[in-house]
Amino acid sequence: MALRPPALRAGHLRLLPVAVALVVAAAGLLGAQAQAAEEDSDPLGYVIDPAALDDPATVADGAELFRVGCVSCHGPGGVGSPRGPGLTGAGAASAHFYLTTGRMPHTGASDEQAIRKPPAHSPEEIEALVAYVASLGEGQAIPHVDLAEGNLQEGGDLFRGECAACHSATGAGGALSFGQNAPSLDEATPVQVYEAMLVGPGQMPVFSPTAFTEEELNSIVLYVETLQNLGDPGGFSLGRVGPIPEGFVAVVVGTGGLMLVVFLIGRRRTGEAEPASQPVRPADTVGAGR
Amino acid sequence: MTSEEAVAKATPLSRRTARWLDSRLGAAGFARKALDKVFPDHWSFLLGELALWSFVILIATGVYLTFFFDASVEEIIYNGSYVPLQGVEMSRAYASALDISFDVRAGMVMRQVHHWAANVYLATTVVHLMRIFFTGAFRRPRELNWLIGVGMLIFSIVNGFVGYSLLDDQLSGTGLRIAHNIALSIPVGGTWLASLFFGGDFPGPDLIERLYVIHILLLPAVIIALLGLHLALVARQRHTQFSGPGRTERNVVGERVWPTFAAKGTAAFFLTAAVLCALGGLAQINPIWLYGPFRPAEVSAASQPDWYMGWLDGALRLWPGWEIRLFGFELPTPFYPSVLLPGITFGLLALWPFLEARITKDRDEHHLLDRPRDRPLRTAFGVSTLAFYTVLFFGGASDVLAVTFQTSVNALFQAFRIALLVLPPLAGFVTYRLCQELARRDRPGASTEAPRVAPAASDDGADNRRQIEPEDEPELDPASTAGVPRG
Ligand code: HEC
Ligand code: HEC
Repeated sequence: MALRPPALRAGHLRLLPVAVALVVAAAGLLGAQAQAAEEDSDPLGYVIDPAALDDPATVADGAELFRVGCVSCHGPGGVGSPRGPGLTGAGAASAHFYLTTGRMPHTGASDEQAIRKPPAHSPEEIEALVAYVASLGEGQAIPHVDLAEGNLQEGGDLFRGECAACHSATGAGGALSFGQNAPSLDEATPVQVYEAMLVGPGQMPVFSPTAFTEEELNSIVLYVETLQNLGDPGGFSLGRVGPIPEGFVAVVVGTGGLMLVVFLIGRRRTGEAEPASQPVRPADTVGAGR
Repeated sequence: MTSEEAVAKATPLSRRTARWLDSRLGAAGFARKALDKVFPDHWSFLLGELALWSFVILIATGVYLTFFFDASVEEIIYNGSYVPLQGVEMSRAYASALDISFDVRAGMVMRQVHHWAANVYLATTVVHLMRIFFTGAFRRPRELNWLIGVGMLIFSIVNGFVGYSLLDDQLSGTGLRIAHNIALSIPVGGTWLASLFFGGDFPGPDLIERLYVIHILLLPAVIIALLGLHLALVARQRHTQFSGPGRTERNVVGERVWPTFAAKGTAAFFLTAAVLCALGGLAQINPIWLYGPFRPAEVSAASQPDWYMGWLDGALRLWPGWEIRLFGFELPTPFYPSVLLPGITFGLLALWPFLEARITKDRDEHHLLDRPRDRPLRTAFGVSTLAFYTVLFFGGASDVLAVTFQTSVNALFQAFRIALLVLPPLAGFVTYRLCQELARRDRPGASTEAPRVAPAASDDGADNRRQIEPEDEPELDPASTAGVPRG
């Protein structure tokens, strides 16, 4: 019985890995496209409609979710505990930032930095939790980002002046003291960038709307967006972290590659079957008169 | 047509040109002698050539860049084609560097090839230096050429630093500010030196112009002069060779310059050019448009110097910040890691041939090279020194490593401080034992417990016949003891 299709012979089997690789690549491409489409439907990174936050039903859903996932650290009603700060003045912007960047629920020790990870909650759950945290007290509302109001050049100047000291001029991130890092800004959506400035997460200072105009904050967001989408006209970016990876490439790839090349050239005995031997007259030997 | 014309017609143009030149310059005799010269064949002798060819590419791309670079700190409003900086106030120097990157034909690739070539030039130089060091090629009579080489290395490092400081972007300004502080920390002449280099306070109005003259005229001229001397001395003193059949202290065994060695050299040139162009065309280096114009009050995270200065930066960061009074001087913190350390580094490097001769009491001439394993002490010392500077380099990269690997930068500092004390002696010890073991295995007669007929493969990869026993070699120079382990 020919269970195997006759066309599939050993010779074809050798092509199997290639076919698998192609399929995987195609799937990856499709996936990336789907993701891009998903992002496009929400270009600023609003996962929720700010208007829905006042709905009491949503707030009630949030209270339930909070009781399950957050009370252990933030205390009942968000009054705070030794394991997490009080949330009564946190506001919607803070909750939205911490939940959409996946920082909450916190997974480490309470003095460990909350880092960006895939959100643990669905958009609907985040909406409910944000509504609940916002209902606990006065706080910053989710900002309204208007990139068209921003000025790119001014944003660049402000970014280099205010943010680059921690996040580096390229937005690649930087180290702070005591084990904390200012993260890379590659993934933050415009709303998250704006919220980060309003909230000042972790060791980051607050860039309050009283110190900066709304237009200036929008400009900074626009510049961060531009940094993310600028591309690298010089070729592979090497992570945009400056001379360290550049030096690594120069030494390992450049110099290592060249050493391999001269090894291959130099090892080869070309032409002459016997190596030539040339006597050196004593007079030719500098300093031989010893 | 006369017969003379017919002959002329039949002779290729090249030969006629050669004859024309020869009848006027009498160069044929010299050329023939030069082309007949024998060059010993070991691949590691081409490492210096890599540095040479990288330097040639560096000069060629650098000349192109001078056509477009404008070394002036005059403030202007940028209106080139890089949108995020349009309308921003900046120096002419930075603006012209942006123009080179975005508006000059082939400017970006030239800039990048130039920068990669600088990094690779210094790396190949260091590899070449390592070859000279580990094989003892610096010994009498070549101490002078070693000194010239060390001089070139120092001037090249300085010129590299000056080069990326010209662009007046935020990163280069940060580097210059550190350099200014270092200069100020030098006890006696520091203030004077700082004002000489920087023209008064930092950032001074003449700074970029001054650096430009240093970068494109002064230091290149010095380096080229030293390079000429370096090569002339190699030709005059002839090249060293590894010991092997028929190779003595009084001959050179290898390939004639024409055609074999010349072909290898040409190939090395084109391949160096190819690798540097590939890097320049494919991998982005120093994206100054992201760093922005230099503003003295600002600083960016992850500001590092190029790799060849990285060990200095690392020393500055790892130094615990002690201030020690020395001879009544209050020495500022940067003095130890960034003045004293380089002073010791290059002083020791320059004096090494003389120190070694003094320690080993070997003041003979040497044209046959050591194998590293036959000189375990020197090899161990070299490896442990390399380990020291490698740790320093990674110390300079601490903050980038901390972000990349999500660890604490303070913990990394402590780890590197410990590594700085532990790793070099450890690396030296391991190397020493390794050398002893390898040398022991090579020794004829010592192979009683190892029943192999052929000695272990030699490290030059070219031939295994090198380990011949002394009595097999009739023409062995009595003065030559190379090949016999001494360590
Ligand atoms: C394991 C303990 C822990 C859990 C569980 C946890 N948090 Fe947190 N939370 C913290 C800590 C610690 C901080 C402070 C961290 C920081 O600022 O980086 C914090 C900060 C916050 C903040 C910012 C406070 C401010 O002042 O702006 C918000 C909002 C927040 N958490 C919401 C939540 C929500 C909603 C949940 C449930 C989904 C949750 N957290 C679960 C520990 C926890
Ligand atoms: C003092 C250093 C510091 C400065 C200045 C600073 N940040 Fe931050 N930033 C941080 C730290 C630390 C975090 C991580 C917070 C945490 O622990 O959750 C952060 C987080 C962020 C995030 C979240 C990134 C993500 O993907 O989750 C954004 C966006 C951000 N910062 C933007 C900015 C902008 C824009 C500015 C300038 C207006 C700025 N920061 C200035 C230190 C800083």
